[in-house]
Amino acid sequence: MSAVATLTNTARLKAHLQRRERWRWWEIAFWLAILAAVFAIPSRAGLINEILIAGLFALSLDLILGLTGIVSLGHAAFFGLGAYSAAILSSAGLADPTLGLVISALIAAALGLATAPLLLRGSDLTRLMVTMGIALMLGELANRNSWITGGADGLNISMAPVLGLFPIGFTGQRNAALYSLAVLFLLFLMARRLAQSPFGLSLSAVRENKLRAGALGISTSRRIIAIYAVSAAYAGVAGALLAQTTQIVSLDLFDFHRSADVMLMLIIGGAGYLYGGIIGAAIFIVMKDVISGATPEYWEFWIGALLVALVLIGRERISMHVRRTLGRLISGRSS
Amino acid sequence: MSAPALEARGLVRRFGGLLATDDVSFSVQPGARQALIGPNGAGKTTLINLLTGVVKPNEGAVLLQGEDVTMLSSNKRVRRGLARTFQINQLFPDLSPAESLGLAISERNQSGKDFWRVAGGKPIIVAEIEDLLTRFGLEASMDQPTRTLPYGKQRLLEIALALACKPKVLLLDEPAAGVPEEERHDILAALAALPADVAILLIEHDMDLVFNFATRISVLVAGHLLCEGEPDAIAKDERVRAVYLGEDAHG
Amino acid sequence: MLTILLDGIAYGMLLFVLSCGLSVTLGLMNFINLAHGAFAMVGGYVTALLMNRAGVPFLVTLPLAFLAPALIGIVLERTLYRRLYGASPLDQVLFTIGLVFMAMPAANYLLGDQPQQVHLPAWLSGRIEFHGVGIGVYRLFIIGVCGAIAAALQIFLVRTRFGARLRASVDDARVASGVGINVDFLFAITFAVGSGLAGLGGALAADVVGGIDPSFPLKFMVTFLIVVTIGGSNGILGALVGSLLLGILDVAGKYYVPSLGAFIIYFVMVVTLILRPQGLFARGDGR
Repeated sequence: MSAVATLTNTARLKAHLQRRERWRWWEIAFWLAILAAVFAIPSRAGLINEILIAGLFALSLDLILGLTGIVSLGHAAFFGLGAYSAAILSSAGLADPTLGLVISALIAAALGLATAPLLLRGSDLTRLMVTMGIALMLGELANRNSWITGGADGLNISMAPVLGLFPIGFTGQRNAALYSLAVLFLLFLMARRLAQSPFGLSLSAVRENKLRAGALGISTSRRIIAIYAVSAAYAGVAGALLAQTTQIVSLDLFDFHRSADVMLMLIIGGAGYLYGGIIGAAIFIVMKDVISGATPEYWEFWIGALLVALVLIGRERISMHVRRTLGRLISGRSS
Repeated sequence: MSAPALEARGLVRRFGGLLATDDVSFSVQPGARQALIGPNGAGKTTLINLLTGVVKPNEGAVLLQGEDVTMLSSNKRVRRGLARTFQINQLFPDLSPAESLGLAISERNQSGKDFWRVAGGKPIIVAEIEDLLTRFGLEASMDQPTRTLPYGKQRLLEIALALACKPKVLLLDEPAAGVPEEERHDILAALAALPADVAILLIEHDMDLVFNFATRISVLVAGHLLCEGEPDAIAKDERVRAVYLGEDAHG
Repeated sequence: MLTILLDGIAYGMLLFVLSCGLSVTLGLMNFINLAHGAFAMVGGYVTALLMNRAGVPFLVTLPLAFLAPALIGIVLERTLYRRLYGASPLDQVLFTIGLVFMAMPAANYLLGDQPQQVHLPAWLSGRIEFHGVGIGVYRLFIIGVCGAIAAALQIFLVRTRFGARLRASVDDARVASGVGINVDFLFAITFAVGSGLAGLGGALAADVVGGIDPSFPLKFMVTFLIVVTIGGSNGILGALVGSLLLGILDVAGKYYVPSLGAFIIYFVMVVTLILRPQGLFARGDGR
């Protein structure tokens, strides 16, 4: 092979391997747009905050579903656990938000670590049922132990200012949105890094062909447990953010509905490229807002219809189509 | 004389009432070119699964370079130097050949747990990926998803992937299976070009391939080893002809 | 305590009739139909509405509570469900959740969100004393009717040719169609009957659960799934055992240890899945 040909091959190889490292223009635009929205539409800061929190929750699901191929119908367990952890910490006197976030994340991660081994054997169906069962168990426990959870009345939460400087809470809705955005962005950066690392690549391998991954020496069980714990932590942080910024926690955070909704958000936005959760959350929540204005209880019908349509048309086809279009936008060439 | 690269001692495996592996003992020397043949249902797949650790034996032991690995899980055996290919391609459909190979190499280097650095950043890994791609003729489609490659190329990637683990022992499970005529030559060439210091155990039905490739042949029938020896001896052995070669007139 | 046991058995029998359709669908088509509860809801509504608005006697409504969801089932199966038989479990789950999400607001829109009550006829109300043990008449009725259905199903499966073909198809659909069994037709009929039974179960359950309201499918979806998990999908017997076990555990649990409530059955489900993750749904192959 000629020297020129080898050089081109090497360059091509390098470009290919590092293709996702660069920040695309639309990524930067995406984050700036969110930032701008918070300042441009302060009256809707609460809604934006809701989107950001749901987006983080969906991002956590993307880490296991989109990246590693693990299905879950019970991710609300970690969301609710994070929320209640933050709430309880606050009502116990620990009012610093960032510390509350960290501790809630650790608690959720602990549950993730404990339950991950249950997901290793069995089929996808088993995983769907087990995850659902765990969320239900947690919800039921929370329901029955109102001395901790405040039962149907909920808990009283008041937070100190973030980093001692920025008050969040009823009067600080814009600050709350910025706080959530900062947390989301930080966690997103870490997730992006993780997905592109050798570890992240090995998770993709587990998703694509678990058998082959094992045959390359990867201890698939340990990797799955690790990413599940990370995902649980992310979901826990999302829940904690909800508690801290809205000052409300309720038992329905553990509901099956929440797990189903976050799954929907991720599917709508597209799983596997880390932005899908946030995009899906935005679409979902905005739709809910718009349709609820018109026909309050029936927006669920349209979400259901959307879901049915999505599945019938084929998620794969849609997300491939989306990716191909985006690819053309970015690189300017077809395919 | 150094220890065999791979050794099976008295392996027995039962499935319910079925005796799939019946007291099998054999060894593969370092740098060997050995083939395992036998009629359908002889228990070759079970034996491979026993050797690689997918299935644990009821009795007996598996030794890798002299060390007992019988109780070791399959992914740990890979780390000790035992790699395999599958009869039906087991690849990563949406990853590219470059990424797949890069993954194998990272894992071998223990950097698979690295969650911070970007994969593909290390020049030494990039160089090794490129080398493997070129050796197996995959450079043209290095950045395409694996599922878009023609079957023959996928089969080559299957072998390249196993080789990327830098194994001491390589088990090849019917590498030419299902490969269209015009692409078989590539497979045969790839096999011939495998590193001399790697011990290779080839499971095959294709007698041309076996006799061209192997310097030693083991014959498995109904779960136990019928005989072992050099290709000429095996080809002439009456028992082997009766049980196996007789059925397999067209390879 | 015997009362609790009998109550549990009654509840379990009810669960059996409600869930056996789901069991068979799972075992036969390997299809996870989370919308199963919607068919039960339809049956419950049929009975409640016919009784409340048209004065139809309770017993007369029951066959209709079976037929309506059965017909809806056939239509849906032929048009939508069959496209997803080969799809991934996730896709099936998403699809059927979508259907449930559509069914519930539709019911709300058409019938309002107040529970529709089924008022039992006088001859089914009240309690009778049996050797010092009190049991509701309706509970006995349920045990009797559901028991008869279970027996009929078992006989049907074992003694008729259709049943034999069904069992063959559950075992291996490809081989079954290879020997000339019209698997498609089988699927459609089975789905219809399963949905019909769900409707019948819904009608029977209406009184026990305090009326039928639009949230019924979601509320009971989990229960059905647990039944199928514990009882497996390999036949009537398994579904029956699972249902009875669940019914007794749930009733007894809520009575004796109210602080745990439904926790017990969720726990049992998770434990079952841990111990036998593959044995429940796959016949040897873990999908």
